[in-house]
Amino acid sequence: MTTTLFLYAILYAAALVFLVACAVRAIGYARLPLHLRWELYPVPHEKRERARYGGSYFESPEWWKEPIAFNHLGEWKSMFAEILFLKGLWEFKRKMWYRSYLFHLGLYLLIGAAGILFAAAFASLILPGLASSGFVLVLHYAYTAAGLLGAALTLVGAAALLIERLTEEDLKPYTTAGDIFNLSFFIVTVGILTAGYFLRPDTSPGALALAQGVLTFDTSLKAPPMFEVGLVLGALLAAYIPMTHMSHFIAKYFTYHTVRWDDAPNRRGAKLEQKLAEYLTYRPTWSAPHVGADGSKSWAEIAMTNPAQGGKK
Amino acid sequence: MKRKISLDDMSKLEREPLTHLEPGDLMPLPAPLEDRASSPGWKPLSAQTMEKCECALDDTCAVSIPQPQNEQEEQELVRKFLSGLDKLFRREDNWTFLQPLLLTMEHCAKCQTCGDACHIFEASGRNELYRPTFRTEIVRRLYFKYVKHGGLLSAWQHGDVKLNWPLVARLIELSYRCNICRRCAQVCPIGADNGLVAHELRKLFSQEMGIAAKELHENGSMLQLRVGSSTGMNAAAVKDNIDFIDEDTSERAGFEVKTPWDVEGADILLIHNAGEIVAWPENPGAFALILNAAGISWTLSSELAGYDSINYGVWYDDAQFARVAIKHMEAARKLKVKKIVLGECGHAHKALSVIADRLLTGDLNIPRESSMTLLRDIVMNGRIKFDPARNDFPVTLHDPCNLVRLMGVVEPQREVVRLLCPKFREMEPHGVDNYCCGGGSGFAIMSGNNFSDWRFQVSGRKKLEQILNAFSDCLDPSIPKYLCAPCSNCKGQFRDMLAYYDLWEKNKILYGGLVELIVNAMVDVKPGFIQWEWR
Ligand code: SF4
Ligand code: SF4
Repeated sequence: MTTTLFLYAILYAAALVFLVACAVRAIGYARLPLHLRWELYPVPHEKRERARYGGSYFESPEWWKEPIAFNHLGEWKSMFAEILFLKGLWEFKRKMWYRSYLFHLGLYLLIGAAGILFAAAFASLILPGLASSGFVLVLHYAYTAAGLLGAALTLVGAAALLIERLTEEDLKPYTTAGDIFNLSFFIVTVGILTAGYFLRPDTSPGALALAQGVLTFDTSLKAPPMFEVGLVLGALLAAYIPMTHMSHFIAKYFTYHTVRWDDAPNRRGAKLEQKLAEYLTYRPTWSAPHVGADGSKSWAEIAMTNPAQGGKK
Repeated sequence: MKRKISLDDMSKLEREPLTHLEPGDLMPLPAPLEDRASSPGWKPLSAQTMEKCECALDDTCAVSIPQPQNEQEEQELVRKFLSGLDKLFRREDNWTFLQPLLLTMEHCAKCQTCGDACHIFEASGRNELYRPTFRTEIVRRLYFKYVKHGGLLSAWQHGDVKLNWPLVARLIELSYRCNICRRCAQVCPIGADNGLVAHELRKLFSQEMGIAAKELHENGSMLQLRVGSSTGMNAAAVKDNIDFIDEDTSERAGFEVKTPWDVEGADILLIHNAGEIVAWPENPGAFALILNAAGISWTLSSELAGYDSINYGVWYDDAQFARVAIKHMEAARKLKVKKIVLGECGHAHKALSVIADRLLTGDLNIPRESSMTLLRDIVMNGRIKFDPARNDFPVTLHDPCNLVRLMGVVEPQREVVRLLCPKFREMEPHGVDNYCCGGGSGFAIMSGNNFSDWRFQVSGRKKLEQILNAFSDCLDPSIPKYLCAPCSNCKGQFRDMLAYYDLWEKNKILYGGLVELIVNAMVDVKPGFIQWEWR
């Protein structure tokens, strides 16, 4: 009973750490000042015919006189292809894509399996009649299939990535102990979970019962020890991910939307201009004499001086 | 086999360069330069330079930093470096690029996709020193260790680095081995940006330590802010030169061409890269001819920096960048023009239209337009008669990174050459996937020590391959060929690189801008505006 309670506490705590750490990271990036434009073409929210070859609104004569079209569909398509199929890697590093895609697809399936499992558990808790219905049976097959396939792909993908990282001449010099640990963490966690699942005694509760137990804090349940270890490792892994560069699922939102694709022009009197006005009051402290930043001058004042003419405006 | 350079080598105390490139190491070139052994020799660094400057990176030396005299000086420089590194990550000091920089520092997946996209890395024969992530990885480790104070755990997770003066000195040089073309960033699945890291490093060195390539700072932005142009021309000199250009253009055209100066209330303020006026006068001449023929209301400005669109700060220093951008806008505001049109200069396009956009508030925010767009409209609107048969020679088009990948102006110039040049052929790849000319980020004007050897043999090599491939069916010197590069810096690189490999003498490959091709095809202009002479 105590171990089950401990397990639940770890699962909840890890979920909380995961969510809070992701939020902290995302909010941290979102709160950074709007940077100078630094876009890279193609920008997929350009008009369709332009996005195809990477053109921008700068190709239109007197572009500032027209409202700029924003092709939401184009942007969604581009995001969809990147998130679901890792299109960038497919196009530019095919060999790694095969490994990385197995790994990511495996993770997507595992996340999907967990989602379906908890949906089924929740549904059958609030509608007890559902538990014995065909609907929950269908969900049972869905999360089992997604979970097993996901585990297999994650294991194979992570192992393939680890081998590549340790053997490829291009990757080896940049591989740190942390990188090896990260991939190994996935392999061990998913490996133990899978083994725990297959080696469970007939008397042990099934995945659905365990999920219901987690939701209701049912301490009378007892998962097989190996499966418990797997779950604890999975929880720790989930809490660890947002502390590392593996949280690139958050970073990518910003690198794509607020850097590569951010072509929003600064129009007189618009909101963007107000933000900039604030940044121009910042007081930089750079020490090179030509900058003339003594900590009291604002960015705007510095930009208006001419160091080549004795600092006059 | 050569030993592969490792990240730790950057901190080596020995002062021998970390790498040496032999012709056999470099990426092979197609005909007529396929014989690597007969490629032009690489001038070694002089004993004096080696003795006095920090040249412990590779075969060249771009910044020529004097060696510190003693350990105290070294320590002081390292201290300054650390304080600059810290400022790169502070919003008050670096709001301009903080977000993309942090994202790049914290999220590289080390997949090395970027390496395959970098022309410098490829051309060097995949020399580890020039891998896009090599420089970034050092900065990343420094960031986690000294800015985030990550301690042992961070060293384990991100890798460690030994900070000393040799490392800083090598980093200074290494920040000038990247064209900041951002082709690597375009292929990065995460969206990390190794070109940005080179840019930010250069900023740290300039803004905190006062160290920058002389050509960009003293003889570049400082000269421009002092006299009005980094060519050294003041307003009187530039007007004289333009008078001379008008005369010459009138003679070549067969009718009078006059450039208007300081016309208040004109629709357009045209700003050229003043390098054109000095090195390629036919370019501003052709612009004047076309704009006049199209009946456009336009003017040049004789205000400080108002006649020179160069803004070298975009490659190394935010303060200098903002100052020059503001000077450009002040010139336009004074003349009360409706818009600024940027002449054939890629970095000036990107600097004033894209990057400065979020610095210009209130009445300094005057619209900027690309000359490519304006020229396309003039050519297509039918007011001027053209005879494409006058351009009946092979033409290929170079895509300046700043104009194309970094600004999205891809098609207007193509529409013009497709219409006016019957033997136009694309380079592969082209458009936003283009390769840098090798002169980007200021290299085109940097030739101290033997830096040009590096520029032509390494950074320009991939573009050279593309040019030779584009003309592979007509290399015979009896066929004159035209490499159209609508960018002054790219033209500077091509002038020097084609001469270096003798490709004008031996294969008649000439380079030039877009407006020259347009004027050459104008029916009202005397035939033969393009003179097939080397310049
Ligand atoms: S910068 Fe991008 S492409 Fe290069 S190694 Fe890092 S994640 Fe991969
Ligand atoms: S910005 Fe260009 S030159 Fe610099 S590392 Fe990237 S691809 Fe190479």
